[in-house]
Amino acid sequence: MRRLVLPVYVITLRDLKKFFRQRSRLIGMIARPLTWLLIIGTGLNQIIKGSLGVTYIQFILPGILGMTILFSAIFSSISIVWDREFGFMKEILVTPVSRISIAFGKMVSGTLISTVQGLIIMVAAPFIGIRFTIAEVFSLIVFIMVVSMCISAIGVFIASLIKSFESFNIIMNFIVMPMFFLSGAMYPISILPRVMRYFMYLNPLTYGIDSFKHIMFAGLTSFRSDISMLNDIVLMISFTIVSIVLAAVAFNRQHNE
Amino acid sequence: MNAIEVRDLFKSYNSLTAVDGISFEVGYGELFGFLGPNGAGKTTTINILCTLLKPTSGEAYVAGSEVSREPDRIRKRIGLVFQETTLDNELTTFENLLFHAYLYGLERNTAVRRIDELLSIVGLRNKRRELVKHLSGGMKRRLEVIRGLLHGPGVLFLDEPTTGLDPQTRAGVWGFIKDMRKREGTTIFVTTHYMDEASDFDRIAIIDHGKIIAIGNPHKLINEMSKTTVTFVTGDDDTARQLLSYGMSRVDGGKYQIRIEEPGDFMKRMLNLSGLKIDEFAINQPELEDLYISLTGTEIRDERIEHPVRKRGHGS
Repeated sequence: MRRLVLPVYVITLRDLKKFFRQRSRLIGMIARPLTWLLIIGTGLNQIIKGSLGVTYIQFILPGILGMTILFSAIFSSISIVWDREFGFMKEILVTPVSRISIAFGKMVSGTLISTVQGLIIMVAAPFIGIRFTIAEVFSLIVFIMVVSMCISAIGVFIASLIKSFESFNIIMNFIVMPMFFLSGAMYPISILPRVMRYFMYLNPLTYGIDSFKHIMFAGLTSFRSDISMLNDIVLMISFTIVSIVLAAVAFNRQHNE
Repeated sequence: MNAIEVRDLFKSYNSLTAVDGISFEVGYGELFGFLGPNGAGKTTTINILCTLLKPTSGEAYVAGSEVSREPDRIRKRIGLVFQETTLDNELTTFENLLFHAYLYGLERNTAVRRIDELLSIVGLRNKRRELVKHLSGGMKRRLEVIRGLLHGPGVLFLDEPTTGLDPQTRAGVWGFIKDMRKREGTTIFVTTHYMDEASDFDRIAIIDHGKIIAIGNPHKLINEMSKTTVTFVTGDDDTARQLLSYGMSRVDGGKYQIRIEEPGDFMKRMLNLSGLKIDEFAINQPELEDLYISLTGTEIRDERIEHPVRKRGHGS
Protein backbone atom coordinates (compact mmCIF):
# COMPACT_ATOMS: atom_id res chain seq x y z
CA MET A 1 0.00 0.00 0.00
CA ARG A 2 2.76 2.40 1.00
CA ARG A 3 4.48 1.45 -2.24
CA LEU A 4 1.50 2.70 -4.25
CA VAL A 5 0.48 5.73 -2.20
CA LEU A 6 3.89 7.25 -1.43
CA PRO A 7 4.82 7.97 -5.07
CA VAL A 8 1.43 9.60 -5.64
CA TYR A 9 2.14 11.83 -2.67
CA VAL A 10 5.68 12.64 -3.82
CA ILE A 11 4.67 13.47 -7.39
CA THR A 12 1.77 15.58 -6.17
CA LEU A 13 4.01 17.41 -3.69
CA ARG A 14 6.48 18.19 -6.45
CA ASP A 15 3.81 19.58 -8.78
CA LEU A 16 2.23 21.69 -6.02
CA LYS A 17 5.60 23.12 -4.99
CA LYS A 18 6.37 24.02 -8.57
CA PHE A 19 2.91 25.45 -9.09
CA PHE A 20 3.10 27.83 -6.14
CA ARG A 21 6.65 28.78 -7.09
CA GLN A 22 5.77 29.81 -10.63
CA ARG A 23 4.18 33.16 -9.90
CA SER A 24 3.59 34.02 -13.55
CA ARG A 25 1.61 30.84 -14.09
CA LEU A 26 -0.40 31.47 -10.97
CA ILE A 27 -1.19 35.03 -11.96
CA GLY A 28 -2.01 34.06 -15.54
CA MET A 29 -4.31 31.33 -14.37
CA ILE A 30 -6.25 33.78 -12.21
CA ALA A 31 -6.12 36.67 -14.66
CA ARG A 32 -7.55 34.77 -17.61
CA PRO A 33 -10.91 33.81 -16.08
CA LEU A 34 -11.29 37.21 -14.42
CA THR A 35 -10.68 38.89 -17.77
CA TRP A 36 -13.35 36.74 -19.35
CA LEU A 37 -15.75 37.39 -16.58
CA LEU A 38 -15.20 41.14 -16.41
CA ILE A 39 -14.70 42.02 -20.05
CA ILE A 40 -16.85 39.51 -21.91
CA GLY A 41 -19.34 39.10 -19.11
CA THR A 42 -19.82 42.82 -18.50
CA GLY A 43 -19.92 43.63 -22.20
CA LEU A 44 -22.43 41.00 -23.21
CA ASN A 45 -24.43 41.61 -20.06
CA GLN A 46 -25.73 44.78 -21.71
CA ILE A 47 -26.75 43.03 -24.93
CA ILE A 48 -28.14 39.72 -23.68
CA LYS A 49 -31.24 40.21 -21.63
CA GLY A 50 -34.22 38.08 -20.88
CA SER A 51 -34.60 34.37 -21.48
CA LEU A 52 -31.70 33.11 -19.32
CA GLY A 53 -33.40 33.60 -15.97
CA VAL A 54 -30.17 35.16 -14.62
CA THR A 55 -28.02 38.02 -15.82
CA TYR A 56 -25.45 37.09 -18.45
CA ILE A 57 -22.50 37.76 -16.19
CA GLN A 58 -24.05 35.42 -13.64
CA PHE A 59 -24.80 32.89 -16.34
CA ILE A 60 -21.19 32.56 -17.47
CA LEU A 61 -19.67 32.20 -13.97
CA PRO A 62 -20.18 28.40 -13.91
CA GLY A 63 -18.74 28.31 -17.44
CA ILE A 64 -15.72 30.39 -16.42
CA LEU A 65 -15.22 28.04 -13.49
CA GLY A 66 -15.32 25.13 -15.95
CA MET A 67 -12.83 26.92 -18.20
CA THR A 68 -10.45 27.55 -15.31
CA ILE A 69 -10.53 23.87 -14.39
CA LEU A 70 -10.18 22.82 -18.03
CA PHE A 71 -7.08 24.91 -18.72
CA SER A 72 -5.49 24.30 -15.36
CA ALA A 73 -5.98 20.52 -15.40
CA ILE A 74 -4.87 20.07 -19.01
CA PHE A 75 -1.83 22.27 -18.43
CA SER A 76 -0.92 20.36 -15.31
CA SER A 77 -1.20 16.96 -17.00
CA ILE A 78 0.59 18.07 -20.13
CA SER A 79 3.63 18.73 -17.90
CA ILE A 80 4.24 15.00 -18.44
CA VAL A 81 5.34 15.94 -21.96
CA TRP A 82 7.65 18.64 -20.54
CA ASP A 83 9.10 16.16 -18.08
CA ARG A 84 9.68 13.73 -20.88
CA GLU A 85 11.26 16.37 -23.10
CA PHE A 86 13.58 17.60 -20.33
CA GLY A 87 14.51 14.11 -19.19
CA PHE A 88 13.00 14.28 -15.72
CA MET A 89 10.43 11.61 -16.56
CA LYS A 90 13.29 9.16 -17.19
CA GLU A 91 14.55 9.74 -13.66
CA ILE A 92 11.10 8.80 -12.33
CA LEU A 93 10.76 5.84 -14.67
CA VAL A 94 13.94 4.11 -13.47
CA THR A 95 12.87 4.27 -9.84
CA PRO A 96 11.08 1.20 -8.44
CA VAL A 97 7.80 3.14 -8.54
CA SER A 98 5.01 1.58 -10.63
CA ARG A 99 3.86 3.34 -13.80
CA ILE A 100 0.30 3.40 -12.52
CA SER A 101 1.34 5.36 -9.41
CA ILE A 102 3.10 7.91 -11.58
CA ALA A 103 -0.05 8.37 -13.69
CA PHE A 104 -2.16 8.68 -10.54
CA GLY A 105 0.27 11.17 -9.04
CA LYS A 106 -0.18 13.37 -12.10
CA MET A 107 -3.96 13.07 -11.93
CA VAL A 108 -4.08 13.91 -8.23
CA SER A 109 -1.80 16.92 -8.58
CA GLY A 110 -3.86 18.16 -11.55
CA THR A 111 -7.01 17.75 -9.49
CA LEU A 112 -5.67 19.68 -6.51
CA ILE A 113 -4.17 22.49 -8.57
CA SER A 114 -7.38 22.92 -10.59
CA THR A 115 -9.53 22.80 -7.48
CA VAL A 116 -7.48 25.55 -5.83
CA GLN A 117 -7.75 27.70 -8.93
CA GLY A 118 -11.45 27.05 -9.29
CA LEU A 119 -12.05 28.08 -5.70
CA ILE A 120 -10.06 31.27 -6.18
CA ILE A 121 -12.39 32.22 -9.04
CA MET A 122 -15.39 31.62 -6.79
CA VAL A 123 -14.32 34.61 -4.73
CA ALA A 124 -15.78 36.71 -7.55
CA ALA A 125 -19.26 35.20 -7.05
CA PRO A 126 -20.61 37.53 -4.31
CA PHE A 127 -19.58 40.56 -6.37
CA ILE A 128 -21.91 39.59 -9.21
CA GLY A 129 -24.80 38.72 -6.94
CA ILE A 130 -24.33 34.98 -6.37
CA ARG A 131 -24.39 33.89 -2.75
CA PHE A 132 -23.88 30.42 -1.32
CA THR A 133 -25.01 28.52 1.73
CA ILE A 134 -22.40 26.42 3.56
CA ALA A 135 -23.92 23.26 2.07
CA GLU A 136 -23.64 24.73 -1.43
CA VAL A 137 -19.99 25.66 -0.90
CA PHE A 138 -19.31 22.14 0.26
CA SER A 139 -21.08 20.48 -2.66
CA LEU A 140 -19.41 22.91 -5.08
CA ILE A 141 -15.98 21.83 -3.77
CA VAL A 142 -16.89 18.18 -4.29
CA PHE A 143 -18.09 18.81 -7.85
CA ILE A 144 -15.10 20.96 -8.69
CA MET A 145 -12.87 18.09 -7.56
CA VAL A 146 -14.72 15.52 -9.65
CA VAL A 147 -14.58 17.68 -12.78
CA SER A 148 -10.88 18.45 -12.10
CA MET A 149 -10.14 14.74 -11.75
CA CYS A 150 -11.92 13.95 -15.00
CA ILE A 151 -10.12 16.66 -17.00
CA SER A 152 -6.74 15.81 -15.41
CA ALA A 153 -7.24 12.18 -16.43
CA ILE A 154 -8.10 13.27 -19.98
CA GLY A 155 -4.90 15.37 -19.89
CA VAL A 156 -2.78 12.41 -18.79
CA PHE A 157 -4.41 10.33 -21.52
CA ILE A 158 -3.59 12.95 -24.17
CA ALA A 159 -0.04 13.42 -22.83
CA SER A 160 0.47 9.67 -23.16
CA LEU A 161 -0.55 9.74 -26.82
CA ILE A 162 1.41 12.74 -28.05
CA LYS A 163 5.12 12.40 -28.68
CA SER A 164 6.42 15.92 -28.30
CA PHE A 165 5.49 19.39 -27.26
CA GLU A 166 4.92 20.42 -30.86
CA SER A 167 1.54 18.72 -30.70
CA PHE A 168 0.47 21.07 -27.90
CA ASN A 169 -1.06 23.66 -30.25
CA ILE A 170 -3.07 20.97 -31.98
CA ILE A 171 -4.38 19.80 -28.61
CA MET A 172 -5.31 23.37 -27.65
CA ASN A 173 -7.07 24.15 -30.93
CA PHE A 174 -8.78 20.84 -31.62
CA ILE A 175 -9.53 19.49 -28.17
CA VAL A 176 -9.35 22.13 -25.44
CA MET A 177 -11.01 25.08 -27.19
CA PRO A 178 -13.89 22.99 -28.69
CA MET A 179 -14.37 21.39 -25.26
CA PHE A 180 -14.81 24.84 -23.79
CA PHE A 181 -17.12 26.27 -26.47
CA LEU A 182 -19.21 23.12 -26.72
CA SER A 183 -19.91 22.84 -23.02
CA GLY A 184 -22.75 25.24 -22.42
CA ALA A 185 -20.33 27.66 -20.79
CA MET A 186 -21.25 30.65 -22.94
CA TYR A 187 -24.89 29.91 -23.86
CA PRO A 188 -27.56 27.36 -22.98
CA ILE A 189 -27.29 24.04 -24.78
CA SER A 190 -30.93 24.20 -25.84
CA ILE A 191 -30.42 27.11 -28.24
CA LEU A 192 -27.94 25.19 -30.41
CA PRO A 193 -28.74 23.15 -33.55
CA ARG A 194 -29.13 19.41 -33.02
CA VAL A 195 -25.74 18.37 -34.53
CA MET A 196 -23.81 20.62 -32.16
CA ARG A 197 -25.88 19.42 -29.26
CA TYR A 198 -24.68 15.86 -29.90
CA PHE A 199 -21.09 17.02 -29.54
CA MET A 200 -22.01 18.75 -26.30
CA TYR A 201 -23.54 15.61 -24.89
CA LEU A 202 -20.26 13.78 -25.60
CA ASN A 203 -18.29 16.40 -23.68
CA PRO A 204 -17.78 15.66 -19.96
CA LEU A 205 -17.30 19.36 -19.27
CA THR A 206 -20.95 19.94 -20.28
CA TYR A 207 -22.14 17.92 -17.29
CA GLY A 208 -19.56 19.50 -15.01
CA ILE A 209 -20.61 23.03 -15.89
CA ASP A 210 -24.28 22.09 -15.72
CA SER A 211 -23.79 20.72 -12.21
CA PHE A 212 -22.11 24.02 -11.23
CA LYS A 213 -25.17 25.87 -12.61
CA HIS A 214 -27.47 23.72 -10.50
CA ILE A 215 -25.52 24.55 -7.36
CA MET A 216 -24.90 28.24 -8.05
CA PHE A 217 -28.43 29.05 -9.17
CA ALA A 218 -30.16 26.78 -6.65
CA GLY A 219 -31.98 29.70 -5.04
CA LEU A 220 -33.11 31.25 -8.31
CA THR A 221 -36.41 29.73 -9.41
CA SER A 222 -36.29 31.72 -12.65
CA PHE A 223 -33.30 29.63 -13.91
CA ARG A 224 -33.88 26.31 -15.64
CA SER A 225 -30.96 24.08 -16.48
CA ASP A 226 -30.68 21.91 -19.60
CA ILE A 227 -29.85 18.64 -17.86
CA SER A 228 -31.10 17.19 -14.58
CA MET A 229 -28.71 17.11 -11.61
CA LEU A 230 -29.03 13.34 -11.39
CA ASN A 231 -27.92 12.94 -15.03
CA ASP A 232 -25.05 15.35 -14.40
CA ILE A 233 -23.84 13.31 -11.45
CA VAL A 234 -24.16 9.91 -13.13
CA LEU A 235 -22.55 11.01 -16.40
CA MET A 236 -19.81 13.06 -14.76
CA ILE A 237 -18.77 10.14 -12.56
CA SER A 238 -18.93 7.71 -15.49
CA PHE A 239 -16.78 9.98 -17.65
CA THR A 240 -14.31 10.37 -14.80
CA ILE A 241 -13.95 6.63 -14.24
CA VAL A 242 -13.52 5.93 -17.95
CA SER A 243 -10.95 8.74 -18.28
CA ILE A 244 -8.93 7.51 -15.29
CA VAL A 245 -8.82 3.98 -16.69
CA LEU A 246 -7.85 5.21 -20.16
CA ALA A 247 -5.18 7.51 -18.72
CA ALA A 248 -3.63 4.75 -16.58
CA VAL A 249 -3.63 2.26 -19.45
CA ALA A 250 -2.23 4.73 -22.00
CA PHE A 251 0.48 5.98 -19.65
CA ASN A 252 1.47 2.45 -18.76
CA ARG A 253 1.60 1.46 -22.41
CA GLN A 254 3.66 4.43 -23.49
CA HIS A 255 6.31 3.87 -20.84
CA ASN A 256 6.61 0.09 -21.06
CA GLU A 257 8.42 -1.00 -24.11
CA MET B 1 27.18 -14.45 -9.83
CA ASN B 2 28.68 -11.22 -11.11
CA ALA B 3 27.25 -7.72 -10.74
CA ILE B 4 26.29 -7.78 -14.41
CA GLU B 5 26.02 -10.82 -16.66
CA VAL B 6 24.91 -10.49 -20.25
CA ARG B 7 24.31 -13.49 -22.52
CA ASP B 8 23.59 -13.28 -26.24
CA LEU B 9 21.77 -10.00 -25.83
CA PHE B 10 19.98 -8.87 -28.94
CA LYS B 11 17.86 -5.80 -29.65
CA SER B 12 16.38 -4.78 -32.96
CA TYR B 13 13.97 -2.10 -34.09
CA ASN B 14 12.10 -3.25 -37.18
CA SER B 15 14.93 -3.92 -39.61
CA LEU B 16 17.60 -2.16 -37.57
CA THR B 17 19.83 -4.20 -35.27
CA ALA B 18 21.07 -2.04 -32.40
CA VAL B 19 22.63 -4.75 -30.24
CA ASP B 20 23.77 -7.82 -32.10
CA GLY B 21 24.19 -10.73 -29.72
CA ILE B 22 26.63 -9.44 -27.08
CA SER B 23 27.86 -11.33 -24.00
CA PHE B 24 30.02 -10.03 -21.16
CA GLU B 25 30.17 -9.79 -17.42
CA VAL B 26 31.19 -7.18 -14.88
CA GLY B 27 32.46 -8.27 -11.46
CA TYR B 28 31.38 -6.71 -8.15
CA GLY B 29 33.21 -3.49 -7.38
CA GLU B 30 34.61 -3.21 -10.88
CA LEU B 31 34.92 0.05 -12.82
CA PHE B 32 33.84 -1.07 -16.26
CA GLY B 33 33.87 1.08 -19.39
CA PHE B 34 31.65 0.60 -22.40
CA LEU B 35 33.23 2.33 -25.36
CA GLY B 36 32.08 2.88 -28.89
CA PRO B 37 31.10 5.46 -31.50
CA ASN B 38 27.67 7.10 -31.55
CA GLY B 39 25.03 4.62 -32.62
CA ALA B 40 27.24 1.62 -31.80
CA GLY B 41 24.69 0.30 -29.31
CA LYS B 42 25.99 1.75 -26.03
CA THR B 43 22.88 3.60 -24.97
CA THR B 44 20.63 0.77 -26.10
CA THR B 45 22.64 -1.66 -23.96
CA ILE B 46 22.57 0.61 -20.91
CA ASN B 47 18.81 1.15 -21.34
CA ILE B 48 18.26 -2.62 -21.43
CA LEU B 49 20.42 -3.15 -18.33
CA CYS B 50 18.49 -0.40 -16.51
CA THR B 51 15.14 -2.01 -17.50
CA LEU B 52 14.07 0.99 -19.59
CA LEU B 53 14.05 -1.13 -22.75
CA LYS B 54 13.14 -4.76 -23.27
CA PRO B 55 15.64 -6.90 -25.18
CA THR B 56 14.48 -8.71 -28.32
CA SER B 57 16.24 -11.86 -27.13
CA GLY B 58 18.96 -13.00 -24.77
CA GLU B 59 19.43 -12.59 -21.03
CA ALA B 60 20.92 -9.91 -18.84
CA TYR B 61 21.36 -10.22 -15.08
CA VAL B 62 21.96 -7.10 -13.04
CA ALA B 63 22.57 -7.35 -9.28
CA GLY B 64 21.31 -10.93 -9.36
CA SER B 65 18.01 -10.44 -11.22
CA GLU B 66 17.07 -10.84 -14.86
CA VAL B 67 16.05 -7.61 -16.64
CA SER B 68 12.92 -8.91 -18.38
CA ARG B 69 11.67 -11.09 -15.54
CA GLU B 70 12.31 -8.95 -12.46
CA PRO B 71 12.71 -5.33 -13.55
CA ASP B 72 11.32 -3.98 -10.25
CA ARG B 73 13.96 -5.75 -8.18
CA ILE B 74 16.70 -4.38 -10.40
CA ARG B 75 15.35 -0.82 -10.25
CA LYS B 76 15.73 -0.87 -6.47
CA ARG B 77 19.36 -1.93 -6.65
CA ILE B 78 20.74 0.30 -9.36
CA GLY B 79 21.49 3.97 -9.75
CA LEU B 80 21.54 5.76 -13.06
CA VAL B 81 23.11 8.95 -14.34
CA PHE B 82 21.84 9.78 -17.79
CA GLN B 83 23.59 11.35 -20.71
CA GLU B 84 21.24 14.34 -20.58
CA THR B 85 20.37 16.22 -17.41
CA THR B 86 17.33 14.79 -15.65
CA LEU B 87 17.14 17.20 -12.71
CA ASP B 88 14.12 19.33 -12.00
CA ASN B 89 15.31 22.90 -12.56
CA GLU B 90 12.44 24.44 -10.64
CA LEU B 91 13.22 22.53 -7.46
CA THR B 92 16.13 23.10 -5.09
CA THR B 93 19.16 20.82 -4.79
CA PHE B 94 17.78 19.39 -1.56
CA GLU B 95 14.29 18.88 -2.98
CA ASN B 96 15.62 17.01 -6.01
CA LEU B 97 17.50 14.64 -3.72
CA LEU B 98 14.68 14.24 -1.22
CA PHE B 99 12.22 13.53 -4.01
CA HIS B 100 14.52 10.79 -5.29
CA ALA B 101 15.02 9.32 -1.80
CA TYR B 102 11.25 9.14 -1.26
CA LEU B 103 10.73 7.36 -4.56
CA TYR B 104 13.17 4.71 -3.36
CA GLY B 105 11.27 4.37 -0.11
CA LEU B 106 13.84 5.98 2.21
CA GLU B 107 12.55 7.34 5.52
CA ARG B 108 12.79 11.11 5.87
CA ASN B 109 15.40 11.12 8.66
CA THR B 110 17.63 8.59 6.92
CA ALA B 111 17.26 10.48 3.65
CA VAL B 112 18.14 13.87 5.13
CA ARG B 113 21.21 12.50 6.88
CA ARG B 114 22.44 10.79 3.74
CA ILE B 115 21.71 13.84 1.55
CA ASP B 116 23.72 16.12 3.82
CA GLU B 117 26.58 13.64 3.95
CA LEU B 118 26.74 13.33 0.16
CA LEU B 119 26.31 17.08 -0.41
CA SER B 120 29.29 17.75 1.86
CA ILE B 121 31.45 15.24 0.00
CA VAL B 122 30.86 16.93 -3.35
CA GLY B 123 31.09 20.43 -1.91
CA LEU B 124 27.48 21.34 -2.61
CA ARG B 125 26.36 21.69 1.00
CA ASN B 126 26.06 25.46 0.63
CA LYS B 127 23.86 25.00 -2.47
CA ARG B 128 21.30 23.00 -0.54
CA ARG B 129 18.52 25.57 -0.87
CA GLU B 130 19.52 26.81 -4.32
CA LEU B 131 17.20 26.19 -7.27
CA VAL B 132 18.89 23.72 -9.60
CA LYS B 133 18.56 26.08 -12.57
CA HIS B 134 21.10 28.37 -10.85
CA LEU B 135 23.80 25.67 -10.62
CA SER B 136 26.69 25.33 -13.10
CA GLY B 137 26.98 22.36 -15.46
CA GLY B 138 29.64 20.71 -13.31
CA MET B 139 27.58 21.16 -10.14
CA LYS B 140 24.54 19.64 -11.82
CA ARG B 141 26.59 16.62 -12.88
CA ARG B 142 27.93 16.11 -9.35
CA LEU B 143 24.42 16.47 -8.03
CA GLU B 144 23.21 13.81 -10.45
CA VAL B 145 25.97 11.43 -9.47
CA ILE B 146 25.16 11.71 -5.76
CA ARG B 147 21.49 11.36 -6.59
CA GLY B 148 22.33 8.11 -8.37
CA LEU B 149 24.15 6.92 -5.24
CA LEU B 150 21.65 8.24 -2.70
CA HIS B 151 19.76 5.00 -2.18
CA GLY B 152 22.98 2.96 -1.93
CA PRO B 153 22.73 1.00 -5.21
CA GLY B 154 24.93 -2.02 -5.87
CA VAL B 155 25.52 -0.96 -9.46
CA LEU B 156 25.78 2.60 -10.73
CA PHE B 157 25.26 3.22 -14.46
CA LEU B 158 26.73 6.34 -15.96
CA ASP B 159 25.78 7.11 -19.55
CA GLU B 160 28.43 9.46 -20.97
CA PRO B 161 28.71 11.36 -17.70
CA THR B 162 31.18 13.94 -18.94
CA THR B 163 29.77 14.81 -22.36
CA GLY B 164 29.59 18.55 -22.81
CA LEU B 165 31.76 19.44 -19.81
CA ASP B 166 34.99 21.43 -20.04
CA PRO B 167 38.26 19.52 -19.32
CA GLN B 168 38.66 20.82 -15.74
CA THR B 169 35.11 19.93 -14.83
CA ARG B 170 35.51 16.55 -16.50
CA ALA B 171 38.57 15.77 -14.40
CA GLY B 172 36.73 16.96 -11.30
CA VAL B 173 33.70 14.79 -11.97
CA TRP B 174 35.91 11.76 -12.54
CA GLY B 175 37.95 12.32 -9.41
CA PHE B 176 34.75 12.45 -7.49
CA ILE B 177 33.22 9.34 -9.14
CA LYS B 178 36.34 7.35 -8.26
CA ASP B 179 36.27 8.65 -4.68
CA MET B 180 32.69 7.63 -4.30
CA ARG B 181 33.44 4.23 -5.69
CA LYS B 182 36.14 3.72 -3.07
CA ARG B 183 33.86 4.87 -0.27
CA GLU B 184 30.79 2.93 -1.32
CA GLY B 185 32.30 -0.07 -3.08
CA THR B 186 29.78 0.38 -5.88
CA THR B 187 30.16 -1.43 -9.19
CA ILE B 188 30.35 1.21 -11.88
CA PHE B 189 29.34 0.76 -15.50
CA VAL B 190 30.25 3.74 -17.67
CA THR B 191 29.72 4.46 -21.33
CA THR B 192 31.94 7.07 -22.87
CA HIS B 193 33.57 8.03 -26.11
CA TYR B 194 36.46 9.83 -24.44
CA MET B 195 39.25 7.27 -24.64
CA ASP B 196 41.57 9.08 -22.25
CA GLU B 197 38.98 8.70 -19.48
CA ALA B 198 38.87 4.95 -19.91
CA SER B 199 42.58 4.20 -19.73
CA ASP B 200 42.59 3.64 -15.96
CA PHE B 201 39.35 1.64 -15.77
CA ASP B 202 39.54 -1.94 -14.50
CA ARG B 203 38.19 -3.30 -17.75
CA ILE B 204 36.69 -1.97 -20.93
CA ALA B 205 34.63 -3.35 -23.80
CA ILE B 206 34.68 -1.74 -27.20
CA ILE B 207 31.41 -2.05 -29.06
CA ASP B 208 30.74 -1.25 -32.68
CA HIS B 209 27.79 -2.04 -34.96
CA GLY B 210 26.13 -3.74 -32.00
CA LYS B 211 28.97 -6.22 -31.43
CA ILE B 212 31.73 -6.32 -28.83
CA ILE B 213 35.01 -6.22 -30.73
CA ALA B 214 37.45 -6.11 -27.81
CA ILE B 215 37.16 -6.62 -24.07
CA GLY B 216 39.66 -6.64 -21.20
CA ASN B 217 42.02 -4.46 -19.18
CA PRO B 218 42.80 -1.33 -21.22
CA HIS B 219 46.59 -1.67 -20.88
CA LYS B 220 46.58 -5.33 -21.78
CA LEU B 221 44.37 -4.59 -24.73
CA ILE B 222 46.77 -1.98 -26.00
CA ASN B 223 49.71 -4.34 -25.66
CA GLU B 224 47.94 -7.24 -27.23
CA MET B 225 46.21 -5.52 -30.04
CA SER B 226 48.52 -2.85 -31.28
CA LYS B 227 52.19 -2.55 -31.91
CA THR B 228 54.55 0.38 -31.69
CA THR B 229 54.82 2.36 -34.89
CA VAL B 230 58.19 3.63 -36.05
CA THR B 231 58.13 6.41 -38.59
CA PHE B 232 61.00 7.57 -40.79
CA VAL B 233 61.08 10.64 -42.92
CA THR B 234 63.60 10.75 -45.77
CA GLY B 235 64.01 12.66 -48.98
CA ASP B 236 66.55 10.21 -50.38
CA ASP B 237 65.36 7.73 -53.01
CA ASP B 238 67.94 5.01 -52.28
CA THR B 239 67.16 5.13 -48.60
CA ALA B 240 63.51 4.95 -49.36
CA ARG B 241 64.01 1.89 -51.55
CA GLN B 242 66.01 0.25 -48.80
CA LEU B 243 63.41 1.07 -46.16
CA LEU B 244 60.78 -0.54 -48.31
CA SER B 245 62.94 -3.65 -48.60
CA TYR B 246 63.01 -3.86 -44.78
CA GLY B 247 59.28 -4.28 -44.80
CA MET B 248 58.39 -0.64 -44.18
CA SER B 249 55.43 0.86 -45.90
CA ARG B 250 55.15 4.27 -47.48
CA VAL B 251 52.55 6.44 -45.75
CA ASP B 252 52.76 9.64 -47.76
CA GLY B 253 55.50 11.73 -49.40
CA GLY B 254 58.73 10.87 -47.67
CA LYS B 255 57.17 9.16 -44.67
CA TYR B 256 57.78 5.46 -44.06
CA GLN B 257 56.32 3.40 -41.26
CA ILE B 258 56.70 -0.03 -39.72
CA ARG B 259 54.82 -1.64 -36.84
CA ILE B 260 57.04 -3.62 -34.49
CA GLU B 261 56.91 -5.51 -31.19
CA GLU B 262 60.11 -4.24 -29.61
CA PRO B 263 61.30 -0.73 -30.45
CA GLY B 264 64.71 -1.33 -28.78
CA ASP B 265 65.67 -4.31 -30.94
CA PHE B 266 64.54 -2.57 -34.05
CA MET B 267 66.62 0.50 -33.27
CA LYS B 268 69.72 -1.61 -32.78
CA ARG B 269 69.17 -3.33 -36.10
CA MET B 270 68.72 -0.01 -37.82
CA LEU B 271 71.86 1.50 -36.33
CA ASN B 272 73.87 -1.43 -37.60
CA LEU B 273 72.87 -0.64 -41.11
CA SER B 274 75.22 1.81 -42.70
CA GLY B 275 74.73 4.37 -45.38
CA LEU B 276 71.21 5.36 -44.56
CA LYS B 277 70.56 9.06 -44.68
CA ILE B 278 67.85 9.29 -42.02
CA ASP B 279 66.73 12.83 -41.39
CA GLU B 280 64.36 12.12 -38.55
CA PHE B 281 62.94 9.21 -36.65
CA ALA B 282 60.20 8.89 -34.06
CA ILE B 283 58.67 6.22 -31.89
CA ASN B 284 54.97 6.55 -31.14
CA GLN B 285 53.65 4.60 -28.17
CA PRO B 286 50.10 3.64 -28.92
CA GLU B 287 47.33 4.97 -26.73
CA LEU B 288 43.84 3.73 -26.18
CA GLU B 289 42.65 6.30 -28.68
CA ASP B 290 44.76 4.65 -31.40
CA LEU B 291 43.46 1.23 -30.51
CA TYR B 292 39.94 2.52 -30.57
CA ILE B 293 40.35 4.20 -33.93
CA SER B 294 42.08 1.16 -35.40
CA LEU B 295 39.21 -1.02 -34.26
CA THR B 296 36.27 1.19 -35.10
CA GLY B 297 37.67 3.09 -38.08
CA THR B 298 37.68 6.82 -38.62
CA GLU B 299 34.37 7.36 -40.36
CA ILE B 300 31.97 9.74 -38.65
CA ARG B 301 28.80 8.11 -37.41
CA ASP B 302 25.35 9.54 -37.39
CA GLU B 303 23.35 9.11 -34.23
CA ARG B 304 20.95 6.59 -35.64
CA ILE B 305 19.57 5.04 -32.46
CA GLU B 306 20.84 7.08 -29.59
CA HIS B 307 17.46 7.80 -28.00
CA PRO B 308 15.26 4.86 -28.79
CA VAL B 309 13.24 5.22 -25.59
CA ARG B 310 12.24 8.74 -26.37
CA LYS B 311 11.52 8.40 -30.03
CA ARG B 312 9.36 5.33 -29.84
CA GLY B 313 5.77 5.80 -28.86
CA HIS B 314 3.75 2.76 -27.99
CA GLY B 315 3.88 -0.95 -28.51
CA SER B 316 5.66 -3.44 -26.39
